[in-house]
Amino acid sequence: MNLLNFMWTDRLEILRLSVEHVFLVFISISIAVAIGIPVGILMTRRPRIGKPILVFANIVQTIPSLALFGFLIPIPYIGGIGTRTAVIALLLYSLLPIIRNTFTGISGVDPAVREAARGMGMTNGQILWQVEIPLSLGVMFAGVRVATVIAVGVATIAAAIGAGGLGMFIFRGTSMLDYRVILAGAIPAAFIALAADFGMSLLEKHFQRERTS
Amino acid sequence: MQTMFPSQARLEFKNVEYAIASGRKLVHGISFEISQGEMLVLLGRSGSGKTTLLKLTNRLLEPTSGEILVSGRNTQSWDPIQLRRHIGYVIQEVGLFPHFTVERNIGLVPSLESWPAEKIGARIHEMLSLVGLDPETYARRYPHELSGGQRQRVGVARALAADPPVLLLDEPFGALDPITRSEIQKEFRELHHRLGKTMIFVTHDIREAFLLGTRIGLMQEGQLVALVTPDEFLKLDHDEARAFAECLQ
Repeated sequence: MNLLNFMWTDRLEILRLSVEHVFLVFISISIAVAIGIPVGILMTRRPRIGKPILVFANIVQTIPSLALFGFLIPIPYIGGIGTRTAVIALLLYSLLPIIRNTFTGISGVDPAVREAARGMGMTNGQILWQVEIPLSLGVMFAGVRVATVIAVGVATIAAAIGAGGLGMFIFRGTSMLDYRVILAGAIPAAFIALAADFGMSLLEKHFQRERTS
Repeated sequence: MQTMFPSQARLEFKNVEYAIASGRKLVHGISFEISQGEMLVLLGRSGSGKTTLLKLTNRLLEPTSGEILVSGRNTQSWDPIQLRRHIGYVIQEVGLFPHFTVERNIGLVPSLESWPAEKIGARIHEMLSLVGLDPETYARRYPHELSGGQRQRVGVARALAADPPVLLLDEPFGALDPITRSEIQKEFRELHHRLGKTMIFVTHDIREAFLLGTRIGLMQEGQLVALVTPDEFLKLDHDEARAFAECLQ
């Protein structure tokens, strides 16, 4: 049985695991955005707390992903076997690019523009919402895009702690020494990553449209 | 409003000092008064403290001692946001918001002040005409679609939009090519005569100072070393004044 036949036969299983996979990534990235963007903005306001946060996010990023999943299992409340642990691990991985790009984007707003805004009597909130965020959306979005592509890859490991996803095929194939089974997980995962990257690059361009000056 | 209360647009500095955290004084011993409708040009080398004086006026910086009165009231007793909306501020062309169209840039302070939309629209139209830009052509453009001179005109229009009695200008024409610069300076002088706003204009270009200033304030190392009319300036017995005057030849 060749690869295509195999994938066709297992198409429903592949589809189910793909949906699970996308779901894992989507939930994790959504939470990471909800945490990472405010944290990145806060760091531009309080540079003193910014550094330690960035160091923490950097360290998390260096933990091998399989080890990170393993570390989380024994931790009470957030750990254990299953989806929740996987979401937390993916979330931790996604935070760094989102926080860093938010910080870089906001810090990169032309100081002259910020000063003009202040000088004209805009409040801090108005400067943030009307000037700083719109001007750094493109950079922020690039961070979300990178985080998403990484998360699609890392999410294959979630299967190791029972959270499902396309990693199921990869782990199964590895233990069976059957490349077809591995590819049945790896190819859709690669496809999801490419699709996410492409879709988000379109959105990113949309946000950057008016930035040229 | 300004004619009923001529003192409204008066600016007064009383022994103002501003020092940075290290204790170094960027400006000190600054005392002067400007009356309604005057254009005071602050002239000095880079780092002489001219821009610092502007920023003290609209509280982008807070004086470490002394007091500054705007419309007869100590700036420290103003709400800084209200104070800044009461004072127009023009910096070099880069201060326009690149993600706003020309009309949104100009309408910014009126919309912050919650003017009704029709009034803002009419005002944008009026301001664009005032600075010599055709509203139909330019209102919907983005700053990067304009030339340097056009951007600077928009900058002036934006600062005037909410009709502030006082205008601060920080080397507004510094980045322009010489020909555009000379044109826009002449237009700006006309504008000042017509509107009668009280202005402080910062420059290191003595020609600009002579063209625009009703009085020239010479800054050197954080101090205001002279405050005279352009005619008196040439007769000053001061090394820095002579150094600038020589640039006129």
